[in-house]
Amino acid sequence: MTALLEVDRLTRYFGALGAVNGVTLAVERRERRAIIGPNGAGKTTLFNLITGHLAPSGGRVVFDGHAITGLPPHRVARHGLARSFQRTNLFSRLTVLENLRLAAAADGRGSYRLFGSVDRLTAPLARAREVADAVGLSERLDETVARLSYGEQRQLEVGVALATRPQLLLLDEPTAGMSPEETRRMTRLLAALGRDVTMLIIEHDMDVVFSLADRITVLHYGEVLVEGPPDAVRADARVYEVYLGTGDGA
Amino acid sequence: MTRRVLGVAAVVLAVLIFPRVAGTYPVKLLQEILIWGMFAMSLDFLMGYAGMVSFGHSAFFGVGGYVAALALVAWGPGVAAGLLLPAAAAALAALVIGFFSIRVSGVYFIMLTLAFSQMFYAVTFQVGWLGAEDGIVGVPRPRLAGVDLNGLTAFHVYVAAFALATVLVLWRIVRSPFGHVLRGIHDNEARMQAVGYAVDRYKLLAFVIAGTVAGVAGALYAQFVGSITPEAFLWRTSGEALLMVIIGGTGTLGGGLLGAAAFILLQSLVSSYTERWMLLLGLTFIVFVLFAPGGIVGALRGRIGLRA
Repeated sequence: MTALLEVDRLTRYFGALGAVNGVTLAVERRERRAIIGPNGAGKTTLFNLITGHLAPSGGRVVFDGHAITGLPPHRVARHGLARSFQRTNLFSRLTVLENLRLAAAADGRGSYRLFGSVDRLTAPLARAREVADAVGLSERLDETVARLSYGEQRQLEVGVALATRPQLLLLDEPTAGMSPEETRRMTRLLAALGRDVTMLIIEHDMDVVFSLADRITVLHYGEVLVEGPPDAVRADARVYEVYLGTGDGA
Repeated sequence: MTRRVLGVAAVVLAVLIFPRVAGTYPVKLLQEILIWGMFAMSLDFLMGYAGMVSFGHSAFFGVGGYVAALALVAWGPGVAAGLLLPAAAAALAALVIGFFSIRVSGVYFIMLTLAFSQMFYAVTFQVGWLGAEDGIVGVPRPRLAGVDLNGLTAFHVYVAAFALATVLVLWRIVRSPFGHVLRGIHDNEARMQAVGYAVDRYKLLAFVIAGTVAGVAGALYAQFVGSITPEAFLWRTSGEALLMVIIGGTGTLGGGLLGAAAFILLQSLVSSYTERWMLLLGLTFIVFVLFAPGGIVGALRGRIGLRA
């Protein structure tokens, strides 16, 4: 059985700078893969290339057997690939339930219906409640986003991606800016998600990385430096050097 | 809920019996308010719900008006000529203009829609068979199921029925699954794309719906006045609808009607005393933007605790 996500020599130049420079990686079904690397290593750019938010300068992305290279974000999402964002990116005027319901209804079935109350679209509503439970927001369903704490907004950020029933969930620093307590909560929540959602996660917090990931890919200057299981990566001298050498203590 | 239904019923009743209790001039004023209110509501649907601020909404008002005028003059007073054809033509115009305009947003969307509407103005102003600058005069009113709409009361009921239908249809759409998608796009278009919505298709459909309603309003306007001129396409027509929406309350639908009422009453009452009614309108607008950004509806909600 082939990998769920195959990234082949993916490249993106910004001017002369190769932000992502021939990255090749494969994520298996049910795997939890972390991508780490110092700031500017090209982690978020790699996500943007995979999800269609940026057009690659070269290379291919194959997801679940489909070539998705260069497709617009909504088409990529419809293949079953959802992402959360590093900067919270929600529907700020809507409630928690409405945020999740909109995401759950993104398969488009019924969303062109001009008449009839939205409350009669029951499947997205049920999915929204299920996801609210999974991301620990079932007590906050009718609260608007603006009234949520920062940590809760980050939980909803993951929830909105999860509500689309993705096969692959790309999480861009889910714990960014969180307090230690909020980070532990988020880690528990991610660990509790079922294995039927494959996970690719960018994270700076090494405790989160080592408690979640099956395998780790280390990016450095847009290239894959090391890839392997957590213990091997932790023991690798090159990784130690990269983090120490750049003065980035993350 | 029941309070709102009763409120709407009371307003509908008041509008319907108005010709029995008022003279010709006030009745015509109310008809004008209802027609412009429909136009303003269609713009509010576009800007207040879908988040697309258009400065070229006159294009569809004008297309509806011109097609109704041409068809009624050419083929006589039928409903197809007076309503269906103008609505279809406005929908088609919105499909074409929307196809190009929704590719951009913000100021560029405003400028592009404005440019399209001014093109219609330039063409109608020049082309002989469209009456050039004089427009089309002597437009008959359609006959509806054998009823002659030339009578004041008959035409009044006809216009009121369309205004009510506009309120009900748009009200249902903004509460439908489609309407909620529009709210999501208004709030965060990029995230809607990221979760998998083909955002452009929803925006185009919203644009066509708004354009179609504006076209029906334009068709009614041509029948109301009995003529149509290139002025219908002018940027000022779009600008007045924008003022009505903002004064009435953006994103409220009902605000379009109230804004049209405020605008037209101000215009007709003040202009009989002074030429400078535009000055007073300008001041009113400034006061609303500064002190009541929610418009009339927003101010009412705050005062009597009405909820959205």
